[in-house]
Amino acid sequence: MEYFMSYANLGVALFLLISMAMMLGRLLLGPTLYDRLLAVNSFGTKTVLFLCVFCLVIDRPDGVDIALLYALMNFIATIAVLKFFRYRALDVSLLESHITDRDGAAE
Amino acid sequence: MTYMLILAAETVQAANYVPEILPLLRNGLAVASMVIGLFFVLGGTLGVLRLPDFFTRLHAAGMTDTLGAELILLGLIIQEGFTQLSLKFLFVSIFLLLTSPTATHAVANAAYQAGLKPLLGKYKIPTAAEISGDYTKQDDHHADDHSSEDHH
Repeated sequence: MEYFMSYANLGVALFLLISMAMMLGRLLLGPTLYDRLLAVNSFGTKTVLFLCVFCLVIDRPDGVDIALLYALMNFIATIAVLKFFRYRALDVSLLESHITDRDGAAE
Repeated sequence: MTYMLILAAETVQAANYVPEILPLLRNGLAVASMVIGLFFVLGGTLGVLRLPDFFTRLHAAGMTDTLGAELILLGLIIQEGFTQLSLKFLFVSIFLLLTSPTATHAVANAAYQAGLKPLLGKYKIPTAAEISGDYTKQDDHHADDHSSEDHH
């Protein structure tokens, strides 16, 4: 039964890798910036899943900690990149960001 | 595969072998959950690759990534049982449940604020300019709206 579960986990990890490769296709040929950002975000989610499954396959439970960190970093990176491309700067405080809109920051 | 064959041969040889039903049920549930989750993840990826518009792609990715990730992590938790590792899986699951819709909403909001128009109306076969990603040429009638919006 453990052998079978190991093979099942390996199969799930393999399909997650295929899914990640397909998401890389959208990342490379996405027409707009937001398509690429969406692809990066989805790729990160799939990376977290892949790490969780693969650390069971190779029987090293340390990978889950890395997956947890990667999930956190992926979310913060998405928000940071979105904020950067809206205000062209990262040091806009959240209180100002309600008042200053995109055109005001650009001018 | 050979391990499985050896295991099967040993099972056949042992005359009074009674398979335990509980691990079988648990692992079956785990595999079923993971396979359903994998179906959602692959469907979402296919949608992101194939759908015609940014917002439809976002819809495909945002819906399925949340559910697929939750189901795969649920399968891992079921097959692991009550351990420290499954608590970590639970943390990853809760964190993804919180952040994945938030990130999707943030991307959609940013795209809408930046003036990316959703593709409305019936489905049309995309032109060569759309396929090659040259959105500047076919978006001429939208350009006036953007400029008027920007200067008010």
